[in-house]
Amino acid sequence: MNKKNTPKLPTFEKSAKSYLDNTQLRRNIGHATQTIRGKRAGVVHELADWEELREAGSRIKAEVMNNLDQYLLQLEASVQKAGGTVHWAADGDEANRIITSLIKEKGETEVVKVKSITTDEIRLNDALKQEGITALETDLAELIIQLAGDEPSHILVPAIHKNRSEIRDLFRKKLNIEELSDEPAHLAEAARLYLRKNFLKAKVGISGGNFAVAETGTVAVVESEGNGRMCTTLPDTLISILGIEKIIPRWQDFEVFMQLLPRSSTAERMNPYNTFWTGTSPGDGPQEFHLVLLDNGRTNVLADETGRQTLHCIRCSACLNVCPVYERTGGHAYHSVYPGPIGAILTPQLRSPNDESAASLPYASTLCGACYEVCPVKINIPEVLVHLRGKVVNHQKKTGGIKQKTNPTHIGMKIMANAFRSRKKYERLQKMGRIGQKLFVKDGTISRLPGELSNWTAIRDLKPVPDQTFREWWRERS
Amino acid sequence: MVEGTIMSDSKETILNRVKKALGREDDDKTTTFKSAEIKRNYQQKSDLNREEILQQFAERVSEYRAVTEQIIEGELAGKILQICKNEGVEKLVIPPGLETGWTEGLSGSVSILRDEPEPLSKEELNASDAILTGCFLGVAQTGTIVLNAGPGQGRRALTLLPDFHICVVKQEQIVGIFPEAIRSLEETVRESARPVTMISGPSATSDIELNRVEGVHGPRKLHVLIIT
Repeated sequence: MNKKNTPKLPTFEKSAKSYLDNTQLRRNIGHATQTIRGKRAGVVHELADWEELREAGSRIKAEVMNNLDQYLLQLEASVQKAGGTVHWAADGDEANRIITSLIKEKGETEVVKVKSITTDEIRLNDALKQEGITALETDLAELIIQLAGDEPSHILVPAIHKNRSEIRDLFRKKLNIEELSDEPAHLAEAARLYLRKNFLKAKVGISGGNFAVAETGTVAVVESEGNGRMCTTLPDTLISILGIEKIIPRWQDFEVFMQLLPRSSTAERMNPYNTFWTGTSPGDGPQEFHLVLLDNGRTNVLADETGRQTLHCIRCSACLNVCPVYERTGGHAYHSVYPGPIGAILTPQLRSPNDESAASLPYASTLCGACYEVCPVKINIPEVLVHLRGKVVNHQKKTGGIKQKTNPTHIGMKIMANAFRSRKKYERLQKMGRIGQKLFVKDGTISRLPGELSNWTAIRDLKPVPDQTFREWWRERS
Repeated sequence: MVEGTIMSDSKETILNRVKKALGREDDDKTTTFKSAEIKRNYQQKSDLNREEILQQFAERVSEYRAVTEQIIEGELAGKILQICKNEGVEKLVIPPGLETGWTEGLSGSVSILRDEPEPLSKEELNASDAILTGCFLGVAQTGTIVLNAGPGQGRRALTLLPDFHICVVKQEQIVGIFPEAIRSLEETVRESARPVTMISGPSATSDIELNRVEGVHGPRKLHVLIIT
């Protein structure tokens, strides 16, 4: 992530509170997530071999990560052989510089763009703007976000937090259309007319990509509207930026991922359009192709053996739609282009451990495990969440000085850890608890504890230590 | 070449970071893959018979709100003329290598725009009414049409800018499930490196309150003629 000029972001806990009060947002998100959830379950149920496909998807991605250096070199060679140029970007700033200079070489000041979270991650549009280049978002939802000066709130449907009348008002104002109803078909038609003329004149297109095949150099864009086809077909020059984790080894692997992705993402058997291109083709599409390979923190994720599986993500957003936390707070509370459960594990690993906002994300979960169940590449999100919570605590202890060392939570946890080490100690602590709790037990539960312990009881009741434990009962009888 | 030096530096940097992350030595020059065992024990071939595959294809293409018709080859030219009349198609684009018989009935009533010997401009394509193509494959399980820029399909822009796509699929071109299609495309990608486009219904968006709307940027209407 760009370290410079990044304002300090609030923690998830803080933001979630205010988003929970926004009933319109909760209604929009609730409706959306429930709808996609139901549809997804239907199309996934159709495939008897879904579990086998998930397992294969997970293994293929693990293979990529274990050999990433080799596959990157293979991809570079294949793209070059097919007539493309490959650029390497160690961080977002470098990627932005590469793309800016490529556009400037062409003498262009306007480019068309396909929705790409990777470009949102590196804030490409802002970087281009500073250099006098306008990047026009062509995905309907991204256009809405761009016109509103807003931030995306969902991986698949970034404007999910806006309803039709909000969008109509926005189009009336920004596209200068006086007569416009709030019918989705009419709103889509307005966007079609506005963007068509730009597609026809654009000389440079910018895209992300869903997959890049190491063996053949083929890049794939999976989409619904056709703006992806427009941007990757009509301009003379195409610049595609992909995170280094987007590699798949072989063309054959599409038989797995092209079954997993659409059903998990848009909850369709197949999304309307998939485009696969291999370098350049004479007389067909852009005659100049640049592929930018982006690290920007991904190798840090790779270095963590538990966290590594985060890089398997194919950005389907199924985990967002099943998450009870995301469903209530929406995407903005995560303060990252990657919201929801996958964002809660990806963002903290991409950003610096000193980023407090990112460090709060592993706690944005009840660890219910619904995300793991739907993940098409079997990322064990709860496992990584718990692992990252440990890392956060260790980092705080290391850097937090005396204040962290005397933090009552840490002291409490230390006592607990010690007690769990032996039965004797554990039973002694139980006895102490039984005496200590007497003041606080009311109607069989503890609803209020004093001092630091009140953090626990502020949001949940505590079950008291029973008068007699099972072991005590057993000893009494034998 | 200052630029070039900077770029190769980052390549070194990234590759070294990857090696370090994987616990390998910097000077590790290994080129062999630590290949994991990928079990491909998912379904490789449809278990439906030919007739069922045909029916499933027709059904699933229709579910995307595309129009689907099954006809015999002898009726094709007449059918295409009828569609053009019904839909008010005056300017029809055809790709190089399209079977000549398909457009036999059109002379006089529809003007035909050919993408050869000179390719049509983007503006000409944008101002046309429809495009008529064949295809490389159909996939029954997902109701998908696959184009690989071969004869009778043309370059990608042809099936993108006109608002109406008429696509002819021969029964023997329809495969059962997705892995069969991916295998058939190996040669296209490896040998000729031609682009592949997969089309499942007309262009659509669900970006506004998840209401599906047909037609944002690609063709808003798709008419599939299956020759049985």
